[in-house]
Amino acid sequence: MKLNTTWMRILGGAGLALLLLVTLAWAGNNTELAGEAAKQMAEATGAPSTLPWWAWPCILLVFCFILGIIAVLAGVGGGVLYVPLVSGFFPFHLDFVRGAGLLVALAGALAAGPGLLKRNLASLRLALPVALIASSCAIVGAFLGLALPGNVVQICLGGTIMGIAILLLTSKNTARPVVTKQDALGLALGINGAYMEANGEIVEWKTHRTLPGLLLFIIIGIMAGMFGLGAGWANVPVLNLLMGAPLKVAVGTSKFLLSITDTSAAWVYLNRGCVIPLMAIPSIVGLMMGSFVGVRLLAKAKPAFIRYMVIGVLLFAGGKALAKGLGF
Amino acid sequence: MNAPQTNASAEQVTYANILFYGCWSGLALMLVTYILYVSGIMEPYVSMELVTKFWSMPVHEYLVENNVPIGWGWATLLTKGDFLNFLGIALLGGLTIVAYIPVTIAYFKKKDFKFALIALLEVIVLCVAASGLIGGGAH
Repeated sequence: MKLNTTWMRILGGAGLALLLLVTLAWAGNNTELAGEAAKQMAEATGAPSTLPWWAWPCILLVFCFILGIIAVLAGVGGGVLYVPLVSGFFPFHLDFVRGAGLLVALAGALAAGPGLLKRNLASLRLALPVALIASSCAIVGAFLGLALPGNVVQICLGGTIMGIAILLLTSKNTARPVVTKQDALGLALGINGAYMEANGEIVEWKTHRTLPGLLLFIIIGIMAGMFGLGAGWANVPVLNLLMGAPLKVAVGTSKFLLSITDTSAAWVYLNRGCVIPLMAIPSIVGLMMGSFVGVRLLAKAKPAFIRYMVIGVLLFAGGKALAKGLGF
Repeated sequence: MNAPQTNASAEQVTYANILFYGCWSGLALMLVTYILYVSGIMEPYVSMELVTKFWSMPVHEYLVENNVPIGWGWATLLTKGDFLNFLGIALLGGLTIVAYIPVTIAYFKKKDFKFALIALLEVIVLCVAASGLIGGGAH
C-alpha cells in the first residue's frame, strides 16, 4: 500500500508530538529529576505545586493540537485563538502568551509560505509594500504592548477579540472583486498578477484603492505587535474587500504577510525576554501538527458550524479578557 | 496579446525555497533542543520549578528574579538547556531577513528600483528589530 505524502507528514508529525509527550512524561517520572525538582520548588515557593512542571507543557501540546485543527476548520489563524484562550485559561502571564502567540503565528506562516508563493497565490508584489508598513508598525505595537499596564492591554485585547468575532460574523468576502480601473499607486508599483484555478481557468487581478489599503496596515501592524495575534483576520478583508484582490490571493498573501509582520514583532518580544521555551515550543509544535490534521479533516467537516462555534469561543474569550482587565 | 504569466517569478521561487528549507530545519532544531532540555540531558539555566513559578508573573519579575539576560544575552548561555532552544527560535526569526537578500539583489538586477528599495528597507527594519538596539531593557 502506498501512503500519500500528506498522510506521511501527518504520521511523522504525530510521531514527533508523541516523542515530545513521552520525553516530558519520562522527565516527570525520573525520580532523580523529580526529587531535585520538588526540593527546588519547596525552596523557591515554600509551598507544594499542585501540578508537576511537565504537566503544563503536556496539556499545552494537546490543547494547541486541538486548537490547530479548529483554527483550520474555522478559517482563522492560530494566533487569534491562541492568545485569548491560553491567557484566559492557562497560568501564563499575558507577556509570555503574546511572545509565544507571535511565534505560533510566525511558524505557521513560514510553513505555509513556500507553497503559496510557488502557486502564485501569495504575491510578492502585493506583499512587499504592505509588509514594509505592517512590520514597521508591528515593532511600534510590540513596544506599546510591553509598555502599557497589564490591565490596559487586557481590556484592549478583550475589545479587539470581540471585534474580530463580530467581523467574522458580518464580513462577506468576495471571491473575485471587480476592479475596473487600477489606481495610480497600484499601477506605479505594478501590483497585479495572475493565477490558475484547478479547472485551468486563468484569473488575472489588479488592485484599486491602494493608498487607503496601505494606510490601514499601519493600524493592523500596531495591533499585531501589541497583542501578538497575527493579523490574518484584518489582512484578508483589507486586501480583498478594499483593495480588490481575489479572495484566494488575499488569503494566500495574508498568510505569507504574517511571516514578515510577525518576524519584526517576535524579535521585540524575544529581545525583551518574553519567550519561555518550556511553554512556547509545545505551543508551536502542537498547533502546527493540529493544522496538518485540520487540513485533512476539512473535506469532511462542516465548516459553517465550526465557524459559528469559534465566533462564540472568541466572544467568550474576549469577554473574559475584558473582565480580567477590568478587575472582575 | 501575450497570455498572462501565471507562474511565480524567479525571485518569488527563490524566496519560497529559502523559507521551505529554513522553516523545517528550524522546527527540527527546535524539537531536538527541546528534548535535550526537558529530558534533563542539558541542565537549564532557570530551573523548571522557577520557570513554572514565574511564568504567571510579568516578564520584568521573571527576568530580575532569575537573572535572565535580555537582548542577545541568550547567545552566551547556549550550554544551558533552556537557552539552547533559542537557536531554533532565532533561526525562524532570521529566515525572512535571509530570504529578502536575494530578492533585493534580483530587483536591483532587473532595474526595478522601487521594489529593490522597498525590499532593502524591509531588511533594515527587520535587522533593527532583531538587533535589540531600540528600546532595550524590560519594562
